[in-house]
Amino acid sequence: MQVRVLVRLKPGVLDPQGRAVHHALEGMGFAGVADVRVGRLIELDLADGTDESAIRQMCEKLLANTVIESFTIEAFGESAQ
Amino acid sequence: MAFRAAVITFPGSNCDRDMASALEAVSGTAAIRVWHADADLPERLDLIALPGGFSYGDYLRSGAMAATSPIMRAVIAAAERGVPVLGVCNGFQVLTEARLLPGALLRNAGQRFVCRTVALKVENTASPFTAGYAPGEAIRIPVAHHDGNYYADAETLDMLEGEGRVAFRYLEGCNGSARDIAGVLSANGRVLGMMPHPERAIEPAAHASLGGADGRRLFENILASFAAA
Repeated sequence: MQVRVLVRLKPGVLDPQGRAVHHALEGMGFAGVADVRVGRLIELDLADGTDESAIRQMCEKLLANTVIESFTIEAFGESAQ
Repeated sequence: MAFRAAVITFPGSNCDRDMASALEAVSGTAAIRVWHADADLPERLDLIALPGGFSYGDYLRSGAMAATSPIMRAVIAAAERGVPVLGVCNGFQVLTEARLLPGALLRNAGQRFVCRTVALKVENTASPFTAGYAPGEAIRIPVAHHDGNYYADAETLDMLEGEGRVAFRYLEGCNGSARDIAGVLSANGRVLGMMPHPERAIEPAAHASLGGADGRRLFENILASFAAA
């Protein structure tokens, strides 16, 4: 099974990277960009039947820092194996 | 008995030699160098130091990979026994990722790497690291980091302040840290994480532009605490 973990900064946590990207977009002449937040997409190729709770633990213990980040887990395809 | 300090080296640490050198200069005893893949620490340690650098190339988040190193399980266990732990710069990031200290270090608010000597206010003088400073004293220590913007939620910040666990505060804008926090202590005061590099400010003869000697006193404080124990 393949799983996508989307990690993003929690609302209210300053995102200097997003701000820099926002600034660059404006500098390139793109109008109407109200805000930019940069997150991280992690794709996991897991043994079929891997427990959702195990995936949540992977997120909480390593893939995301829950002090500053939230995460969502989404299955997206068949195993490559 | 001689003072026994261990300095942990992760792949990508680059201030480990400076840390070991500072500890030896102040204590007269060579620090024990420990590799991140070791599962065990030497026995009877009086200090564990996590140095600055870019462990694991800052993959995922600064300090995140190092926090999962085999040696960190031993460091956490030692901290729980009360062995003093000092994390500087990347070492501070590792301590927050390992949840030995609250909060997290975000990218500097100005987005730039900051490398200069900064003025700090000593907020806590009750820990083994800070006992020899005067309350509210201004000291100068170099910083060199990209991810030093301390973040914790308001409740955690209030708790840290209420419990006197803010060790140092920036006296000037540096990286956008919440409430200008430059260093924090654990609940028992025996784990200190700080972004500034005391090991780069240990030469009494050095001109202030080379870092000064205010960092040396942090190591002298640890030694004094060890001698008094």
